Order: sequence, then structure tokens, then C-alpha cells
Amino acid sequence: MSTAKTGSGYHHAHHYDSAEHEYVSSKQGVWLFLCTEILMFGGLFVGYAIFHHIYPEIFKVGSKFTDWRLGAANTVVLLGSSFTMALGIYYSQKKEQSKAVAMLAITILCGAIFMGIKYIEYSHKIHLGLLPGSWYTADPASLVKYVGDMEIPSNLPMYFSFYYMMTGIHGIHVLVGMGLIAWVMIRAMKGEFGPHYYTPVEGVGLFWHLVDLVWIYLFPLLYLVS
Amino acid sequence: MASGSTASAAHHDHNYLNHEKGLWSWLTTLDHKRIGILYFITVALFFLVGGIFALLIRTELFSSGQTIMTADDYTRSMTYHGAIMVFFVIIPGIPAFLGNFFLPMQIGAKDVAFPRLNLLSWYCLIGGAAVALTSLAFGGADTGWTFYTPYSISMKPAVIWMVMGAFIAGFSSILTGLNFVVTTHKLRAPGMTMNRIPLFVWALYSTAIIQVLATPVLAITLLLLAAENIFGIGFFDPALGGDPVLFQHFFWFYSHPAVYIMILPAFGVISELITAFSRKTIFGYTAIAYSSLAIAAVSFFVWGHHMFVSGQSEWAGVVFSFLTMLVGVPTAIKLFNWMATLYKGSINLSAPMLYALGFMFLFTIGGVTGIFLATIATDVHFHDTYFVVAHFHYVMVGGTLMAIMGGIFYWFPKMFGKLVNDTVARWSFFFIFMGFNVTFFPQFVLGSMGMPRRYFDYLPEYEYLNQLSTIGAYMIGIGFVIGGWAVIQGLLNGKPSGPNPWGAKTLEWTTASPPPHENFIQQPIVTAGPYEYR
Repeated sequence: MSTAKTGSGYHHAHHYDSAEHEYVSSKQGVWLFLCTEILMFGGLFVGYAIFHHIYPEIFKVGSKFTDWRLGAANTVVLLGSSFTMALGIYYSQKKEQSKAVAMLAITILCGAIFMGIKYIEYSHKIHLGLLPGSWYTADPASLVKYVGDMEIPSNLPMYFSFYYMMTGIHGIHVLVGMGLIAWVMIRAMKGEFGPHYYTPVEGVGLFWHLVDLVWIYLFPLLYLVS
Repeated sequence: MASGSTASAAHHDHNYLNHEKGLWSWLTTLDHKRIGILYFITVALFFLVGGIFALLIRTELFSSGQTIMTADDYTRSMTYHGAIMVFFVIIPGIPAFLGNFFLPMQIGAKDVAFPRLNLLSWYCLIGGAAVALTSLAFGGADTGWTFYTPYSISMKPAVIWMVMGAFIAGFSSILTGLNFVVTTHKLRAPGMTMNRIPLFVWALYSTAIIQVLATPVLAITLLLLAAENIFGIGFFDPALGGDPVLFQHFFWFYSHPAVYIMILPAFGVISELITAFSRKTIFGYTAIAYSSLAIAAVSFFVWGHHMFVSGQSEWAGVVFSFLTMLVGVPTAIKLFNWMATLYKGSINLSAPMLYALGFMFLFTIGGVTGIFLATIATDVHFHDTYFVVAHFHYVMVGGTLMAIMGGIFYWFPKMFGKLVNDTVARWSFFFIFMGFNVTFFPQFVLGSMGMPRRYFDYLPEYEYLNQLSTIGAYMIGIGFVIGGWAVIQGLLNGKPSGPNPWGAKTLEWTTASPPPHENFIQQPIVTAGPYEYR
């Protein structure tokens, strides 16, 4: 933010005084957008807190059907992708084009691995009939090996409502994030970024960190809660 | 100002209206002024549709028993009237139309911070409206605009379409708010300190904060409601262990701040009108500016007053009651400051000023009856009666719509470079103001007599006051037709207005009318406050 970005080849939009002016304004816009994301996910977290208070047992039993190893693997993948994203911004600023593109490509790959693992988890649950709310069709006999002698609460489907709503909306954000990173990667390939102009990479990076951060909360709340 | 008009003479024919030509140039425009005009047209059309539903409702209620439609059609009309007026008229009405046009001009900017997002916001509104109105093809939604569960989760596709339409329209509001916060912070002209920005900008800024922070909660609420309909997720469904009151908490966490999204910009318009038509510096600039922020802040902590009788804890009720009354303080600060501005002013009773004075009169009634409803003991009696209907129409129509009309007639010469026939505009005020009181004052009486709201029918003893109310509604309709005629007549045959027909002092009046493409020929340098009258 402190580095001067004026006098470069980049032409700022007509209503700004300088590229620096455009940069700080855009960044404020991105942060405000992140606030809206936090408030939107906030609604889900509040719902979680309330129903965890009323029905603690459904979360205790429900989380038995999640595999903490897969969740932990996804946590590592996303944390790693945040690191490569940060490097992508760093190399964009330094105008080290091929390294920037490589880092952004690894970030997209991490996103794809995350979604791949999610796909495995989802198909396992769908196979058992562990679907949200009124779509829930699981046969209690097939669940015994997961829950042992724990009693299956009658409104267990609500746990899966939370599971699918929270991870689903988060997953959509991962996909959108991958799309946005692909967009800045293509622009990085064209050599559009450098010390004077890297606003889109940084904005997309901030978004990707938020997506990562939300998962950091989802992992314990859905996988480790028992 | 003098330099502004000379500069405008040199560029006499070049303005934002003829900068580019053709429909396509309008549909792809990034100019905040053109996007403001797109919103003007859109909001006006939705207002017409919502208004027709209003007249259908009042016609049905002209006599007890079935008058012109079935009970089901009545419930649908009521739902579409509410949803269209709230989501597609009053919320975008002032910020996205007048705000879009004048916020950048009042702070001396060339455009809003993110012009593409600004255009996208308009498409979100159009897309949201298209999706919402698709619900008509599925028999129409009949839940009321509040979509209360469990009725709204009865797997009706019409409700899902309506809810998703409101969800998409919400992005329009978020993008407008985001744009305004950044524009106000980052694009002010040199010398335009935060203590020199016009009060309209302060009001829009406070509104924008609510739009950015509250609308996402509506988004997730509506998404969960749609998921409840499709998957039966059970959060709001008592049959599945969920809590319908939780929906009310979620919904009002947005929708109560949203009523300040609707009224705060109106306060801003009134601040501009009162000072310009009193030819006097506004009294208590700082108090009015910060009271907007105070209302925005308190607005997030009052939602529970919608649920005094929904089974929330009594302690919560007491706290929400107290916090709700607190809103009366900054609101009263504004009204008293406007009155102090009028005192010893050279008052010009042109149409915009009549609307502003009408606003002060009607909004005060709306605000004070709000205190009745904030008081738990009286609310238990008034809840879900016509008293509530009258209260919020005094605030939303008597407040916001009066401000929109006043704002249109005030800024019309700036937007189009032409004068509106003031006599015609005053007649529109006369019909709207009189008709409004004839419509809604009897509803206070009906409500305190116990007539429940939302019902298709009523007991015969309520008939006389209902007939009065319906006659008033037709008067309002006539008033808006006259107002629309004044605007069309002004567009077609209005006399040239010159840059500043009202002698107003804020920055937008220093440039040509209509303004040039980038608003100002030269970058304005600000050396004084916004209302340097005397």
C-alpha cells in the first residue's frame, strides 16, 4: 500500500486520480465485500449455535459419520493453498511472471483436491442415505458400525442439513474462488501485473483467504464436535 | 458557481444524455447518472405495478364480504403489493436512483468507485424482479412479503421463486451500498472534508453501511428458506424439530435495519430541501449528520420488537422495547433541527418544499405512533391490527415516498435541464397529501377498534371507515398520475432551467444542467461547507 504505483504503464480508470488511488479504493471495496461474506456465513453459525444448544446429541452422533482424517487433509490442503496464493501475489508484485503463474496454478490445484475429497465424502454419505432434512433415507441398521451403541436421535437429519448447507455454500465459494484465480492467472500469463498494478490478484487472494478461514471453523464444528 | 455556468455555456450541447446514443449505450452504460436514470424508470414501473395492487386491495375492502376478488386473490395481491413496494421500489428508490445520480456530484467526483458493479446492481434488480414475478406463473405467492414460516415452507414453487427473486435483488442493494461507502471515503473532491459533505451524502453513507452489513443476513435467511422448501432442512419447521421464531429473528435482523435503508435516505433528501427552500444554512449540521449514523447503529439492535407476541422472552422484549424507543431520539433531533432551519427562513413554497413539509407532518405522526408500538403493553393490543398498517404507511409512504417525490421535483432541472410546471406538481402534492391522510388516518382508528390486518373481510361495523380509506387511496392514485404527468410534461415541454434554478448551494448545482459526461468541466475545489446561505 505504501509503495508508489504511479507512473507505470497501467492506465487507471478515468474517475480516479492515480493508479494508487484506484488501488486503495478497490482494496476497501474488497474488504467490505468480505464483511458481507462473514455476515452471510454468520447466519449459518448462529443457527448452528442455537441448534447445538437445543439438540447437542445430533451433533455428537452426526459427526461420527464424518472422517476427521479427510477433514484434516482438506484443512492442510486449503492452508497450503493460502500460502501459495500469498506467494502468487508476492511474485505478481515482483513481476516474476512464471513463478506467479505457477503459484496460482498450484492454488487452483489445491482447490480441486479439496473439492475431490469433498466429492468422496459426499458420495459416501449419499450412499448411506445420510441426506439433509426430509431427503434423509438412511437405514438405522446400516449405521450401527459408525455409531456403536449410541442411540440415533430422531432428528439426526438436521445435523446433515447443517453439514450440507455449510459445506455446500462453502464449496460453492471454493469453486468461485478457483474461477477467480484462473481469471487472474490468465491475466498474469499475459504479463498484466507488476509492481505498479496487482490489484485483482490481491483482491482474489483476500477472498481465497476468507474461504480458507471459513473452513478452519467448519472443520472442528462439523468433524471434531463429538 | 459563476465559473461553473460560464464553463457550461462553452459545452452547451454536450451532456451525459447525448454523450452516447442508442438503447445499447444505455444498457451498457457505466455512467452513474445514466444508471440513476435506469433505476428511475425501473422503480417508477414497479411503483405503478405495486400501486395497482394497492388499489385492488383497497377496492376489495370497500365493502364487507367479497367485492371484486376471492380471498385467495386478495392474499396474493397483498403479497405482491408488499414485496414489490419493499424490495423493488422503496429500498432502491432513493439510494439507487437519486443517490446514484447525486452522491458523486455532491462530493465532486466523476463517478462512483466501481461503475461496473453499479451497472451490475441494476441487472441484479431486474433479474431479481424477473425471477420474483415468475412466481405468478406458479399460481402466485400468498405468504405476505415477510414469508413467515411454517406457512411459507409448504413446498409451493411460487414461494421459492419469490424468495429467490428477493435474494437476487439483495445483491443489487449490497453492491449499491458497497459503492457508496467507498465512493464517500475515497472520491471526495479536494477540500471536501467529511464535515463538508452534504447531509444527503451523510444519510446515504449511513444507509450504505446498513445495506452492506444487513443484506447478507437476508441472503442467507432466504437461501435457508428456499432450502427448507426444497430439502426440508428443518431449521424453521416445527415438525422437524426446527423453530419458526428463529426465522422471524433472522428475517427481522435484516428487515428491521432495512426500514432504515428505506427512511434514512429520505431524511437526507429532506435536509437538502428544507435548507434550499428556506434559503438558510441548515441548523445543526453535525447533529443531523451524526444522528444518521446513530440511527444506523441502533437499527441493528431493535429487531425483536416485531416479536413481542411471538414467544420471545419477556426480558428480551423489555430490552428491545427500550432500544426501539431510543431510535426516537436521533429521529427527533433531525425533526427539531429542520424546524429550527425553517425558523426565520425565506420559505419558498414550491412543490419540492411542499413535499418536504408534508414529510415532516406525516413522518412525525408515523414516528410517534411507532412509540405506541414499541411500548409492549400497548403493542399487545395493536399488534397485527390496522394500527400497524397505518403506522408503517405513515413512515414509508408519508416519509419515503414524499421524499422521493420532493427529490424528483427538486433535482428534475439538474437531471434533464428543464423545469417542471410547479402548479401541476403542487396539485400532485395536494392530492397525495390529502388522499394519504384520508386513507391511513382512519386505519389508526380501525386498528385501535381491533380490525386485524391482512384479512380479506371485516365486520360490518368497520365498513364506514374502510370506505373512507378506499376513497383516500383513489385520491393518492390521482395524485401520482398528476405527478407522473408533471414529469412527462416537463420532459417534453419543460422550459430550459439553467444550471441552478433554485439558487441551491451544494456542488451539483455548480455544473451545467444536464451535467456533462464527467459531471464537472474542471475538478471542483471545495473551500466551504455545503449550505452557505446566510
